[in-house]
Amino acid sequence: MKKNAKILVFSTEKISDPAIDMAGLLKLHYPPTVYTITVPCSSGIKPSWILHAYEKGFDGVFIAADGSDCVFGESCTEKTGNVVSITHDKMKGTGIDPARLRMAAICSVCSESFVKQIRSFNDYLIKTLHA
Amino acid sequence: MKERIGVYICHCGGNISDYVDVERVRQAVENDRGVVLAKTTVFACSDSNQNDMVDDIKKHNLDGVIVASCSPKLHLATFRSVTERGDLNKYTYVHTNIREQASWAHSDDKIGATEKAILLVKAAIAKSRYAEPLYPNQFEAEKTIAVIGAGISGMKAAVSLSDKNTSVILIEKENKVGGHTATWGPLAMSDEKGSDLSHRIYSDLLQRDNVTVLTGSEVISSKGSIGNFTLKVRKRAQQAGDPVETMEFNVGSVVVATGFDPYLPKAGEFGFSSYENVITLPDFKHLIDSFSGKYLEYRGKRINRIAYIYCVGSRQVDGENRYCSRYCCTSVIHAAIQAKKKFKEIYNFHFNRGIRTYGKQELLYAESLQQGDIYLQSFEDAPPQVYAENGKTKVKIKDVLTKEKELEIEADLVVLVTGMVPRADNSIGTMFKLPKGRDKFFNEVHMKLRPVETVIDGITIAGTCQGPKNIVESVNSALSAAAKSYSYISKGMLETEPIVAEVNTDLCAWCGKCAEACPFDAIGQKDVNGKQVAVINNSVCKGCGMCAPVCPPDAINLINYSSEEIMSMIEQLAGG
Ligand SMILES: Cc1cc2nc3c(=O)[nH]c(=O)nc-3n(C[C@H](O)[C@H](O)[C@H](O)COP(=O)(O)OP(=O)(O)OC[C@H]3O[C@@H](n4cnc5c(N)ncnc54)[C@H](O)[C@@H]3O)c2cc1C
Ligand code: SF4
Ligand code: SF4
Repeated sequence: MKKNAKILVFSTEKISDPAIDMAGLLKLHYPPTVYTITVPCSSGIKPSWILHAYEKGFDGVFIAADGSDCVFGESCTEKTGNVVSITHDKMKGTGIDPARLRMAAICSVCSESFVKQIRSFNDYLIKTLHA
Repeated sequence: MKERIGVYICHCGGNISDYVDVERVRQAVENDRGVVLAKTTVFACSDSNQNDMVDDIKKHNLDGVIVASCSPKLHLATFRSVTERGDLNKYTYVHTNIREQASWAHSDDKIGATEKAILLVKAAIAKSRYAEPLYPNQFEAEKTIAVIGAGISGMKAAVSLSDKNTSVILIEKENKVGGHTATWGPLAMSDEKGSDLSHRIYSDLLQRDNVTVLTGSEVISSKGSIGNFTLKVRKRAQQAGDPVETMEFNVGSVVVATGFDPYLPKAGEFGFSSYENVITLPDFKHLIDSFSGKYLEYRGKRINRIAYIYCVGSRQVDGENRYCSRYCCTSVIHAAIQAKKKFKEIYNFHFNRGIRTYGKQELLYAESLQQGDIYLQSFEDAPPQVYAENGKTKVKIKDVLTKEKELEIEADLVVLVTGMVPRADNSIGTMFKLPKGRDKFFNEVHMKLRPVETVIDGITIAGTCQGPKNIVESVNSALSAAAKSYSYISKGMLETEPIVAEVNTDLCAWCGKCAEACPFDAIGQKDVNGKQVAVINNSVCKGCGMCAPVCPPDAINLINYSSEEIMSMIEQLAGG
């Protein structure tokens, strides 16, 4: 049985990238099939990118969102939420399990939380897609 | 579209190559479209490799450069400037992190780490194909710098900044300055009193017109980023009836110098709080500084025999504090010498785990041996034991220096040589989102090369808030944090990334959704060939990309993050 799901992480340069880097520095391990693409702000992620990832074979997409720490202002949380809900609707429309897209606010000190979230997401994806 | 890309894959000594097969990565990408050169290098950041890269760019007429190495936080700027030295626009450089995000994160799975590194480099190649020359925007930086914490570190940072003709706001939570240093009497190595040292620096600060010292004050919020932070500071009422003042300051950079807390032993740890004659090193220092009899007394009892138990709260095997607190071996030996000089009939017994009086501090160790102090040593698995027998406090050890002979000493006073721990109050760390290291102190970007910078641009860390240090080390770190903070704003102008949104006017049909989404009012409307379309004001656009996902015909992209670019990266990460 497969133990590592293929997960694409959208992370942000100023806020969540440092947490993911720190997870590496602290050798907090997570599956090596988790890949990060960096963007300036999580509210700028296009639903089409996320759908493209599923189409190309990713099991899951994880948005490491800026949350209330966003350097571009408070509206980020709501706008990232909108990106996720629009994408969820599109996923339902094409028969993709909406739970294959997860979002969590990951701030620059959230290394442990990032790793915990990714491991639990991995478990979910393995159970539902590869069991 | 780039057609002549050079790829460099770094060993980082062994930090990467111990876990990632860098040669396999090189072979996996050397024939990718557009790649004309793929090399591995032991240290990509070394001068020799940087010079080789400049030569390669010219010799092979490269139009794009990629380095796969450590976090871009560390060396993005280094390699961008190498690219510039090779006469390429620095924004054609693409960085990929195969250390924090591959070799270290997956050090438990070498094959997995190597496979991931291959795909990360392939995705970087995909991104590099689109990387166009760009020109940064500039903005004016605030010239004032805030220093938080007025211990020895914060005060010295403030003096140094003031010398550079920068306005400084020094913000101290307590009603007086000096931190721990101000509370000590004679100190290692100079014997100068901590209180005098602190007073001397403070008096100097008060003479300076460009330094504002705010005591009893705390930063309660921070907005903005490097070059333009707005700090809200609350000053407590100094006397009953005074109002609480709230002030706002605009600063270009912040030096955090909030210091440490002394480790407080747990109840029962080496008899602490079980026996009244078991005290900590800070308590002992205050006792010998303030007591003025011929003989030393504690709680009315004569003290002759003192047992010092080292490394309490440091170098823990089971606890959280694995680190050495650095100052304590020297400080306790110094205090033991002071006690013996000041009071009659003092006998010192040092229960240590190996003495760490590095550098010149070794002279103190020699002096203590000469004055007859006794040193007994154990390893971490068999620490000394403190117990009471017939109303006496005793310390027992299996002394490794005498072939593990069990030795027992009756002590009038037991001093626990307590280490340093991070401040329990982490409000500043939480506010600026400063990452902490494994030791829970604030973490620097790189322990050797960037020891006072943090991943939060514009914020530096000085003194013991970054890790245990004695005064010399605290001041060294404060001076370099001051220099670094100053360097951020010294030119008066800062560069922002030239990442802005772009509208495809063929696709745009002016619905105004992007303008609504933009938090900075950077989008207007204009007529292009008789058609109304959105137009971006590049000097206002901050490059957040919030406008891009809301556009119904997908007419907006952020430069460097276009759909084409991101999707081609996704395809590579998916496995080509
Ligand atoms: C028992 C003992 C003996 C020592 N003996 C020696 C010796 O002999 N020789 C030697 O070289 N070193 C000695 N040291 C080490 C020395 O005390 C430290 O190196 C020095 O105090 C570190 O200074 P600092 O400014 O980094 O931190 P601190 O002294 O902790 O000062 C930090 C300051 O920041 C303030 N602050 C904290 N949080 C905030 C906030 N949120 N907002 C505003 N202000 C804030 C604090 O109130 C404090 O004034 C000894 C230490 C101990 C514990
Ligand atoms: S959202 Fe798109 S279509 Fe609407 S105005 Fe902006 S760029 Fe044009
Ligand atoms: S990228 Fe951000 S700041 Fe620039 S126009 Fe779009 S929404 Fe506005």
